[in-house]
Formats: sequence, structure tokens, C-alpha cells
Amino acid sequence: MSGASTERTLRGSVAIVGIGDTEVGKLPGRNATELTIDAAARALRDAGLPKGSIDGIVTSNSMVDPHMYHAETVAEKMGLFPKWCMTLAAGGATSFAAVHHAAAAIATGLCETVLISSADNLRTGLTREAATKQQSSTADPQFEAPYGAPVPVSYAFVARAHMHEFGTTPEQLAAVAVSARRHAGLHPGAEKRDPISVDDVLASRMIADPLHLLDCSLVSDGGSAVIVTSADRARDFPHPPVYLLGAGEGHTHEHISAAPSLVSSAAKESGEQAFSMAGLGPADVDFAELYDCFTPVVLIELEDLGFCAKGEGGTFVEAGNLDLGGTLPTNTHGGLLSHSHPGNPGSMFALTEAVTQLRHDADERQVEGAEVGLVHAQGGVLSSHCTLLLGRDR
Amino acid sequence: MTDASRPEKPSPPPTEETRAYWDGCAAGELRLQHCDACATIQFPPRRFCSGCLSTDLRFKPASGRGVVRSWSIVRYPISDAFAAEAPYLVALVQLEEGPTMFTGLRGCNLDDARIGTRVEVEFERRGGDVHVPYFHPI
Repeated sequence: MSGASTERTLRGSVAIVGIGDTEVGKLPGRNATELTIDAAARALRDAGLPKGSIDGIVTSNSMVDPHMYHAETVAEKMGLFPKWCMTLAAGGATSFAAVHHAAAAIATGLCETVLISSADNLRTGLTREAATKQQSSTADPQFEAPYGAPVPVSYAFVARAHMHEFGTTPEQLAAVAVSARRHAGLHPGAEKRDPISVDDVLASRMIADPLHLLDCSLVSDGGSAVIVTSADRARDFPHPPVYLLGAGEGHTHEHISAAPSLVSSAAKESGEQAFSMAGLGPADVDFAELYDCFTPVVLIELEDLGFCAKGEGGTFVEAGNLDLGGTLPTNTHGGLLSHSHPGNPGSMFALTEAVTQLRHDADERQVEGAEVGLVHAQGGVLSSHCTLLLGRDR
Repeated sequence: MTDASRPEKPSPPPTEETRAYWDGCAAGELRLQHCDACATIQFPPRRFCSGCLSTDLRFKPASGRGVVRSWSIVRYPISDAFAAEAPYLVALVQLEEGPTMFTGLRGCNLDDARIGTRVEVEFERRGGDVHVPYFHPI
């Protein structure tokens, strides 16, 4: 940043220098905390770093194997001695918010090299009933739970409102899932790799009208980790560094009944902050990894982040813009819909995918000449938002 | 409940902040909190005004009418207690006074649910003499 020295910005201050994904899908017998450490060990190997060089750690708590001091527990089991230690909870937005916080900690000298690791085993660690109950426990006990509705219903409200207001069709929602599955087919580690069609999505059983089964993300085991360090140190690693260019957050509510809007979100403010910090705009973005717990969320994110006008998300998706070779290749690993969704750690895989793309290591699914990528995630129901802009150059 | 093996639908546990609201429901009246300091009308009930953080809040009867802001159908309820009713309609209803409620829709066929439908409150009595608000088309 060429601004005055008094200007405070995280732009270019840190870089991701190590990444690691565990296997995903059904991992019977694996423990969530051990998966967190498995991912961390892979990221350390990728970075070529001894564990002793980690002086900051961020984790997210497990639903299956929760610990009151989660990050401390992981540090203890790994034999780490961090001087900055945080268990973060922002739902689906946790992973990117962790990078945001880690960047701030590094930029202010709290620590130098941060491990962010996150894993859970919702698929095999909980029965289906227990998993549903756990996720529904976010419902307000007095004002939502008495109606017996599972989580997808809240996103069905969002989908229905978008259809009503803008004429969005079930086919357009389905196109999000079809594109994600096509990309997952090119990712050897993705959970669901067989191609699907729009008709397949519409023929899958109705979960919460208008959302079909294939409009909903997976429930998986797995975990993923990254290593973040100061930009000054970042050149000394085996892989090219991926710099943080911009970051932003916005948090409007927790419960869907308190959402200011059902068709737009704080992705707008979150994205504006990130673009402003980076000095970039939507046209500068070569690919995006957008939170896709349910298909309608992707449309709202595309609109709020400025990739298309409000209400035009359905048309944008239907035209093939999200596909490799399209104007904005999106969820190039398959997203939560087809790669994996182990709960709050889900968006970590979007982060490691973005780094893989910017290292130009994505093989068959490589976005040609990718220089700048945007990742965005949300937690709750359109509640907590975090946007990151990442690039090959500072 | 006639079927002993089926769990009962949950009865919301009132708190000190919400007791007057639930008392209203038991009396067949939907009540909203009005702030005397800044005129905010809020739901759900809480100790502080979300507009100005004042504690000068009073419960007043609401019209009990609103419009459907969005809706969906519950096919896989979170508890077996709702299994006999499924599939059933749930909705976000925006009250005439402004706040939005997460609620259930009654007296409406699954095929007839529409955004914008005008609705009015009714109450379902549950265990512990708790009355849960639902809405039906006017």
C-alpha cells in the first residue's frame, strides 16, 4: 500500500504459506480433535515448517467432541506453546474470520506465524437425529423451536422470497448445484463426483419447499488447515505465498426472523470493506469460492458482492458464469454442495482451494492465469459474513 | 396426547423477560413490547430496548394481524412430536406493528400458501398451559 504511514491496513501484510486437507466424507472411527491435528500436520508439512515455529493458533470448536478450551486442547495435544490462542465461532464464516483475526494479530505483533485448523465429524460422529437436533439447537427455544422446523426451512424462506421478488426459478437454483458438482468431478478429494443435471436436482426429494435434496449441502467428516505468516517472511517457503489483499466482515442478526432482509445480506458491507482495502473491484476477481450451504445463498452473495445486479443472480448462474471457462469460475472444488461440509470447518476447504488456484496447482480445474481470488462465507442464516481477497502479488 | 409413545410438542419455557408475553398468549392476546423512550416496538421480548437500550418497556396488545413474508413446508420435523402433522406450513409473518415472527400457518392448504397473504393469530394450547401462536389467512 502506497498510502501514508499513518494509514492502517492489513493489505499485503500477511500470506498463507501452508495448506492441508484431510480426507473427507465418511471417516468412521476418526475423532474430531485428532482430525484437527491431522489437518494441521499436513499444513505444516506443506509449509516445510517445524511445529515449534507456530506461535499463534486459531481453531473452531467441534460439535461432536467439544472442549471448553478448544484451541488450548489442540495446542496441548500437538505440543505447541502459542502466545496467541483463540477458539473462534462465527458459524460458516469462522474460517475466513480466523484469517482476518490472524492477520490483525500478526500485523500488530501479537505473534508471527499462525496455525488455523478446523475439523469435525458430523457424518459418522453423530447419528442423523443427533446431527439434526444439534443444528436445530441454534433455533430460539421460545420463538422458533416450538414449530419443529429443521435448519433448511430458514434457507427455504430465503429462496422463496428471492423467487417471489425477482422471479428466480427452481432451475436457476439447481444450476448452482450442477456447476458445483461438475467442479467436484475434477477434484480427486471431493466427496460427490458423479455429474448431475438440473433435472436430477428437481427430481431429488423435497426437503423444505422449494429446496430439494440436491439444493442442500452435504454432511461430512473432515478438516482443513492453513498457516499464515507475515508477508516479510512469506518468501522463504516451498510454495509461492498467497497474500491477503483485503478483508471485511458484517454481522446483522442471529435469528432469521430478525434478518433485515430475506434477499440481501451483510455480504454487501463485508465485500465493500474487502474491495476497498484491496483497492480492487469485482471485475478484478478471477475466481470466487462462495458459501453454498444451500443454493439460494450463492445467488444472494453474487449480487451483494457486486458480481451482478440485485435480483439477477439466477440469470447470472443459468448463463454458465460459474463454470470453469465462465466469467467467474466459482466453487472450483465443488463447495459445500459437492466437495464436503463438516459443519463450521466447511469453508476451510474453500480457502485451501483458493490457495491451490493461486499457486496454479489445481491441475484439471485450474482457472487459467488466476491472479486474484475472492472467498466469502456466511454463518447462521445470512447472519455472519466475512470476505477475503487473496492474490499472488502483494 | 393419546399416543403415549410419542413425545409431546415442546412447551416454550417462559423467562422473567417473556412471562408477560406468554401470559398474553394464554389470555388469547398477542402482546408486543413498546419503548416509552424511543417508540420502538420489538419482538421477541427482552429487558432492553433494541433501539435505545432503555428499560422503559411496556407490553401492549398487538392487532394480531400481519402478512406472510415467506413460507415453507416442514417435511422432516426436528422431533417425532411433529411427525403426525407433517407435512405442514411454517412462515415468517410480519405483524402490522413491524416485527417479524417465525410461526406456523394453519387453515391454509399446502398449495395455497403465498407471500403477501394477510393472516391473523390463533393459539395452540400445549403442556404446562403454554399457548403457542399460529396464524391463519383472514
